[in-house]
Amino acid sequence: MQITSPTFKNNARDALKDEQLQKALGHVKHNFIDKRAKAVADLPEFDALRDSAIEIKNHVLANLDVYLETFEANVLKNGGQVHWAATASDARGQILDICRRVGAKTVTKGKSMISEEIGLNEFLEASDVQPIETDLGEYIIQLRGEHPSHIIAPAVHLNIGQVREEFQKQHTHLPADRELEAPESLLLEARGILREKFQKADVGITGANFLVAETGTTIIVTNEGNGDLTQTLPRVHIVIASIEKIVPTLEDMSQIIRILARSATGQEMSVYTTLSTGPRRKGDLDGPEEFHVILLDNGRSDMIGTEFQDMLRCIRCGACMNHCPVYHAVGGHAYGWVYPGPMGSVLTPKFIGVDKAGHLPNASTFCGRCEAVCPMKIPLPKMMRHWREQEFEKHLSPPSHRRNLAMWAWTAKRPALYRFATRLAARALWILGGTKKRTGFLPLSGEWTKYRDMPTPEGSTFMAQWKSGVRPAKSGGKSGAAS
Amino acid sequence: MSKSFILGKIKTQIASGISEEKRLVAIRQRLDVHQTGVLPDMPTTRIKQVNRFIEKVFASQASLERISRRNAIAAIGDFLRAHNLPAEIRMGSDPRLDAIRKSAGKMLVIKDGRSDGLDLVSLSHAEAGIVETGTLALFSGPENPTTLNFLPENHIVMINEKDIVRHYEDIWTIIRTRYGQGNMPRTMNFITGPSRSADIEQTLLLGAHGPIRLHVLLLRD
Repeated sequence: MQITSPTFKNNARDALKDEQLQKALGHVKHNFIDKRAKAVADLPEFDALRDSAIEIKNHVLANLDVYLETFEANVLKNGGQVHWAATASDARGQILDICRRVGAKTVTKGKSMISEEIGLNEFLEASDVQPIETDLGEYIIQLRGEHPSHIIAPAVHLNIGQVREEFQKQHTHLPADRELEAPESLLLEARGILREKFQKADVGITGANFLVAETGTTIIVTNEGNGDLTQTLPRVHIVIASIEKIVPTLEDMSQIIRILARSATGQEMSVYTTLSTGPRRKGDLDGPEEFHVILLDNGRSDMIGTEFQDMLRCIRCGACMNHCPVYHAVGGHAYGWVYPGPMGSVLTPKFIGVDKAGHLPNASTFCGRCEAVCPMKIPLPKMMRHWREQEFEKHLSPPSHRRNLAMWAWTAKRPALYRFATRLAARALWILGGTKKRTGFLPLSGEWTKYRDMPTPEGSTFMAQWKSGVRPAKSGGKSGAAS
Repeated sequence: MSKSFILGKIKTQIASGISEEKRLVAIRQRLDVHQTGVLPDMPTTRIKQVNRFIEKVFASQASLERISRRNAIAAIGDFLRAHNLPAEIRMGSDPRLDAIRKSAGKMLVIKDGRSDGLDLVSLSHAEAGIVETGTLALFSGPENPTTLNFLPENHIVMINEKDIVRHYEDIWTIIRTRYGQGNMPRTMNFITGPSRSADIEQTLLLGAHGPIRLHVLLLRD
């Protein structure tokens, strides 16, 4: 896919003006947040489960080499095959080789962000293998030639009218005057069309939410059932998963599924959690004859032992973007690559370079909501700060930023000067604020004050008040709690 | 070779300082012990467990009837009539369904084997039901084709009341006992309600690609 992260500022500006998009984003704000809050409140053990899940993932990351080999041995034991892919291009090649060997013309696909990460659809199309997305949201955006704007709700940027329009345009074999008003009609139409595709496909590709080392099992968690049809009906099932999806045991997986759906859609449990172990067995009447697992690294092993290791705990639930004021404002496409929202702001610089994606970790107020709701307690703001540091060290930030930062650092390292300067600034701002106690004018911050006023300080600094030894009288009940 | 490259890289990056031998012992132990971690509190009496299971099945937007085994055939007939469906079902050769086959007579046409995608109704037998979330656990095998769980628009699932367990973890114990340590059925399905999608404007619609209706027949002990 075309990377547009370098033009994030323009993307964001366009997104803010896009009325259709703004209307669609309204759904994210309310639905996801309220449902998650209720699901979490209904499970008293939620926080204990989070800690348990974090322990599991940290243990896996500290022993990932051994668990990957254990997983491989158990897939082989059950008659499956494992392909190790160091890069995106390795993975694409391995998938195409399998498709060519079995003479595949069409491939059905369950929802997989890894397949987006490696650009699989474009690659298969160019190689004369037709990929068909079967998740309803993915199907809709594939028709429109778009990419997912959300990792679990890929078409969340669209309104029903846009879906209807696309179906009318693309499904030309159906009568033009058919009823498509109700959302149910749209769903039924897609269901009917995809049924045929499922039956005809030669290969089915799914992602995986977990890889269980002790049994060589791959697991998908879905609501529609398309992933199950994708992997049950064709002759060949290919699972594409990244290496950090490993868990040691079925018990470990059970800990994490309890927080996954609750954090994602606010369901207690997704409709289908499917465990697959090897291909069709003797006497089986259905199921794939071949079972392949592609283990993708694509730079993840580099993150182990670094300040970005915690990011490998991510279970792709989407809670961080569901709660992000920046995502709410601009949607997923503005981020310019595969992964949007706070997790995307951490991952994108890793995958495409901080020189191209430097805007993303900067487009954050560090409100901290993402970290607060992350079921794996990944310190997302801290990691965005790491990227800002790297950007600074690599001299990628604009000269004006660097100059101001350098000036501030120089002053901050000289306490007497710093106190003098802040005293002066507090006084000046207090005068500027006047009786309104806010100002629309700040030197060097014209862009900021263009859209909002700055609340002004009370006139003296904390240090000055501390020194004077006089505590401001307690007013009402507010300050009582803080003392 | 990608494999040695990836594993080599991981080994270098991990550099934990713990001896390889100690690490392997700890991992072996973890894989053998199957520690359960945190288990959500569930009712302790059998009556309350079954009641919670029923409540959760309804919450997942499935339907449920609690009946005695000999009334199963009548309950299936009622379900078909209530939804205006033809008297025809598809099912596997699971021996627990033999009684249905025998009592079907002329009232109900029974088709055997995997679903061909044209069946409107399928019948399965669950291995267990989970109190936590009203989830059904189904194992694949020659007598239980997986297509029955996904292709027909209506899925009827029979389950013995004695097979209701509290947590997901209880299923792993059942599997290890039946298939042996480290072994699994080819496909194991946890099913919690009928298929659904919220991909169009976050409106919840039932029957996305799998069954539109999931009907549970809970068979009294």
